[in-house]
Amino acid sequence: MSSTRRQFMGHSAVAASALAFPLVGGAQPATIKVGVLHPVTGALAYSGQQCRLGALMAIEDINKSGGIKSMGGAKLEALLGDAQSSPQAGTAEIEKMNEAGVCAVVGAFASAICLATTQAAAKYNLPHVVDVGVADQIVERGLKNTFRFGPGYKKCAEVAVANLHVLNTAAGKPAKTVMIVHEESLFGTGTANLLSRELPGYGYEVKEVIKHANPTRDFNNIALRIKQVNPDILIPANYYNEYALLVRTLQQQKITPKAIFSVLGGAASSYKFVKEFPDAANGIIDCNHWFNPKDKRSAELRKRVEAQGQFFSYEVFMAYTAMRLLADSIEHAKSTDRAAIIDALGKSSFSDHIMPYGPTKFVNGQNQGAQPLMTQVSKGDIKVIIPREYREAEPIFPMKA
Amino acid sequence: MLDFDILFPSVLNGITTGAVYALIALGLTLIYGVLHIINFAHGAALMVALYGVFFLKEKLGIDPYWALPIMVPAMFVLGYALQRGVINRASHGKDENILLVTLGISIVLENLALILFQSDTRTIETAYTLNTVAIGPAMIALPKLVAFGGALVVSALLLLIVQKTDLGRAIRAVSKEKQGARLMGIDVDHVYAMCYGLGLACLGAAACFLLPAYYVNPQVGSGFVLVAFTIVVLGGMGSFSGALLGGLLIGVVESVGGLLLGESLGQIGIFVIFIAVLLLRPQGMFGARA
Repeated sequence: MSSTRRQFMGHSAVAASALAFPLVGGAQPATIKVGVLHPVTGALAYSGQQCRLGALMAIEDINKSGGIKSMGGAKLEALLGDAQSSPQAGTAEIEKMNEAGVCAVVGAFASAICLATTQAAAKYNLPHVVDVGVADQIVERGLKNTFRFGPGYKKCAEVAVANLHVLNTAAGKPAKTVMIVHEESLFGTGTANLLSRELPGYGYEVKEVIKHANPTRDFNNIALRIKQVNPDILIPANYYNEYALLVRTLQQQKITPKAIFSVLGGAASSYKFVKEFPDAANGIIDCNHWFNPKDKRSAELRKRVEAQGQFFSYEVFMAYTAMRLLADSIEHAKSTDRAAIIDALGKSSFSDHIMPYGPTKFVNGQNQGAQPLMTQVSKGDIKVIIPREYREAEPIFPMKA
Repeated sequence: MLDFDILFPSVLNGITTGAVYALIALGLTLIYGVLHIINFAHGAALMVALYGVFFLKEKLGIDPYWALPIMVPAMFVLGYALQRGVINRASHGKDENILLVTLGISIVLENLALILFQSDTRTIETAYTLNTVAIGPAMIALPKLVAFGGALVVSALLLLIVQKTDLGRAIRAVSKEKQGARLMGIDVDHVYAMCYGLGLACLGAAACFLLPAYYVNPQVGSGFVLVAFTIVVLGGMGSFSGALLGGLLIGVVESVGGLLLGESLGQIGIFVIFIAVLLLRPQGMFGARA
């Protein structure tokens, strides 16, 4: 069967255009699509929107400073997704993003959502940088596509309990009993379980563990329980709205434990909370994601966020650095090929960031240097109190003698 | 064991929450008990009212309590129009159709809210949201006390309307003997719609009292409607005093249950009561004429 002249012409045209496109691409760098997936509606909407803000600011900065240089200055283009505060919706967004051809995803704030989205992304070998999602199960399932830049809740709980003991010992051991109030999803329950396991080892009695739903709009009963049990230390592990309401209800009911010692407290180290309720927030200690206060760039970033009328919350800088980590890896991968990006993330030694982590080193998808810092609210500001190399203020413990 | 300082505030909290439950149940008992309409759209209508109060506050800066003179007539008109324009026409006078139509309305309203407002949980901040009043050892939130007082006033007004006005007499007549009332020249369709309107007007008031200490999202009504049904059954169908006392009782059971069994399990008491009443006294506490 010989081909006709017409067929030959047709094939040639296809071949010519296929050859021509890379040349066009070289002259005008194509954009690189990355998924930015957060719960921007629903119960976690505030945190999700803060995350989105951070990720988009990182993309803006990367593009302003010349895009991905190893790919001819290709610009990053965000494909926004809304996980609607539910794992199912998060999974659906991953499907859409995969269809739309993103090369990687940054997200998805909440542990329960991250657990679902990383798994959904793994089906397509789609790299997924977890920005917050503290549940350790996220990186313990052997998913090759999943990388978490920040610390997990096990690390945070260990650091928190060890430091609580240091503070308490230095103060002459005024605190002996603890009560934990946590939200009922993966993050709060997991954190509470870890704390209940760790605390007795240091000689603290966990009097009671109370869980609550998201959203909870009335903490009066829980406050009354706290009043009755009368623990020396109250440890809340929940998201912003519930954290804020719990602390405000305690204030309303005039209940004052020796210390409110939060582990990943949703509002404890939040400039929003400190600004809106300075009295309720005063003295609260938190073990949480925090930037390196000695790095000048963190202050600059804070200023820019505040200039937009937003608060510089942990969601913002966590998503910001997660996006920068991804961009750094695309830079090294020199390609939008998913496998190449995963390989680059695995070998990453990204150090050009504002977090107190040092250069990244991923083992099974977890950044080994990631650590929380201890902060305390005092005089309307949030100061790092532990560890010493980042200290901005001396810790005050107990809050009330 | 729980001491008085803990139990007393919990009971008071329950009573104040229960008053709002009672207000929601009053609307339901009027529609369900008197006119024998099973209003599944009650929760969705409450949600609509809560969004109304929310946007009046957010967009126009109207305080939830000042929104009362707007929300109560607005919900009344909505109720009247819904009954006259949709439920009455679509049901062709059959009770089982009414059930399906109101269920349909609730699905439509909830999904409209999802499209328009997303699934965000929204709250409002007022200057008095966190104010408290000390009653003995209890610190009760001011909005809850206002809600308690408001619920009592609205219930009294409703009772007055049903007992003392021509409309009330017409409602009672229609509820007892529809054909007879029609023969006496009562416009039954009008009375039905007025009744539905009054039921929803109660929700308008409830929403104004509820929002300063609560939240709104498209699914918010479903939690209330179950509780409200329990109250209507507990108090006796169509009984106003039953709804009021039932509401207060359920509020206390929920609050103390939450204290003893934990927040998630606390509501179990409500449904235990629901089943117990159905088994032991199906006519309810005050429902002698069933």
